[in-house]
Amino acid sequence: MTERELHRPPLVLNKRTMGWISSYISSIVEDKTPTWWWVSMGVTVPMTLMCLACLAYLVATGVGVWGNNHPVGWAWDITNFVFWIGIGHAGTLISAILFLTRQKWRTSINRAAEAMTLFAVVCASIYPALHVGRVWMEWFLVPVPNSNGIWQNFGSPLQWDVVAVSTYFLVSVMFWYTGLIPDLATIRDRCTSKIKKLVYGVMALGWRGGNRQWRHYEKAYLILAGLSTPLVLSVHSVVSFDFAASVIPGWHATIFPPYFVAGAIFGGFAMVLTIMIPACGLYKPLRDLVTADHVDRMCKVILLMSAIIGYTYLMELFIAWYSGNPFERAAFYYRALGPYWWAYAAMILCNVVVPQLFWSKYFRTHLVWVWVIVQFPNVGMWLERFVIIATTLSRDFAPSAWGMFHPTWVDVCTFAGTFGLFATLFLIFIRFLPMICMFEVKAVLPAADPHHGEAR
Amino acid sequence: MKTAGNKESPVFGVAAEFSCARDLYRAAEKIRDAGFQRWDVFSPFPVRGMDEAMGMRRSLLGKIVFLSGLAGFLLAGALQFAPTTFFYPLIVGGKPTNLFTVPAFFPIMFELTILISAVTAVFGMLIMNCLPRLNHALFNWDRFKKVTEDKFFVAIESGDPKYSERSVRDLLESLGGTNITTIHGD
Repeated sequence: MTERELHRPPLVLNKRTMGWISSYISSIVEDKTPTWWWVSMGVTVPMTLMCLACLAYLVATGVGVWGNNHPVGWAWDITNFVFWIGIGHAGTLISAILFLTRQKWRTSINRAAEAMTLFAVVCASIYPALHVGRVWMEWFLVPVPNSNGIWQNFGSPLQWDVVAVSTYFLVSVMFWYTGLIPDLATIRDRCTSKIKKLVYGVMALGWRGGNRQWRHYEKAYLILAGLSTPLVLSVHSVVSFDFAASVIPGWHATIFPPYFVAGAIFGGFAMVLTIMIPACGLYKPLRDLVTADHVDRMCKVILLMSAIIGYTYLMELFIAWYSGNPFERAAFYYRALGPYWWAYAAMILCNVVVPQLFWSKYFRTHLVWVWVIVQFPNVGMWLERFVIIATTLSRDFAPSAWGMFHPTWVDVCTFAGTFGLFATLFLIFIRFLPMICMFEVKAVLPAADPHHGEAR
Repeated sequence: MKTAGNKESPVFGVAAEFSCARDLYRAAEKIRDAGFQRWDVFSPFPVRGMDEAMGMRRSLLGKIVFLSGLAGFLLAGALQFAPTTFFYPLIVGGKPTNLFTVPAFFPIMFELTILISAVTAVFGMLIMNCLPRLNHALFNWDRFKKVTEDKFFVAIESGDPKYSERSVRDLLESLGGTNITTIHGD
């Protein structure tokens, strides 16, 4: 084969230069605040305040303001927790796993995806923190000696969950900030106002870009990627242990950890596309960095994950039948055909049927279609958690204990409010921090190769 | 003779500008071969293979992080065993609370190993890079602002045993460096 046939498509289109990348990405931060930003904040900030007001009401009154009751003791709170934490997986997946596998196309989407991860974990952590009821007793989760001589049950999946989610949040913050340091230095070196210079200067920690610094920096980044890869797979596995380690039919399944991880990647990639497509619409030149090829690849990941999830749904049904356990069989009978049949049917439609459109290149490359199609996984993944959690509990062992779940207005407003919180944090992020990892994009340009233009 | 910084202050070194990664790489190889010790190249992104071109060994960070990960693992083991076995045995379903219950401790052992390693990787990197710091002599040079954009620099420090302003200037000029400047402190 000749060299021309092996040529890969360029990662950055229109032959953009290093200078253009710095100037354009930084200009998003440096220019006057656009009107659409204020309009969006005008919507999302009141939503955030509504969320906070609901939480204050909950703390002041009690968890009874939510619809959780017997038999559905875990309802929207845990559904929303798993939903948000699942979304928070795509960022680390893109930054860590795709980094280790040398997938260079990740460079232009990893920063925004990592930011999205952090904000999703912030939204997620609200629920387990608040659903315990007496939030002022939360320090009991931390193993510190106390006057009662009480210690934690370290064999409990709920304790594992606390450790896993807080570790995930802290490591994600450090990973994200480490990636930001050289780009903060770029903004520091460009900005003219004294206050900005001071703020970005302090945040850039005095970065100079010397190779003696890059050497340790690259090593640290590689180590963080290596640590985050098993971490991201473990977090949702641990979340699934909350269910799998119980003895509730429909929860007690060994397939849960991989099933949850695949679902998290599926929902997370859908959310990355949900956010990045409008961002590239608002900042059109970003299309040279986040190209149609990126979207195409992410759609393929979504398609793969959809297939894994579809397999899991079938396997769950098969195992329920094959186990011969009448309670297990009943749990899945009521899940698919019971009073919540509509949630199960909608889940299958959203997660398994609609993503099959991505087999066609037409749907993977037309951004409007992509955006419309990825809304189905967003909805479907919420429904999946609702189906697992609420519908299972509504039909457990004894028919005398059966009941339905009815969300209250506080449930609805809190959940809607977390979207406001998520969007507000993301808007603040794109306004004040570079949303594309500039130094990594520069490093994948052909000119960055120290042997560029030399004969092979 | 271009200078930057306060001329009364001691000289930090001599710096030159290069326009592309390839020139920087070649310059680094030559400076390495000339036997300089205290010098560095500056680039907007990590240049592939520059460690070899500068004659540097692998970063020690990996070994440090391994040890700290081990410490995190042992800490998590102690943190879980001591309360569960000695201070506050919590008997669930009549199960033992001795060493054989270790599988229940794996998730937290894993998470703490990761957490302590990651903290060490980030803060170890900063400490080894002598960061954070608020100022540096190189920031006195206006052109150096371009290092985070699209320009490449070499700086040979006055602390180098082979340093003499004349010879370093000649060397950088022969390597194709432009805007050769003597950098003073504040």
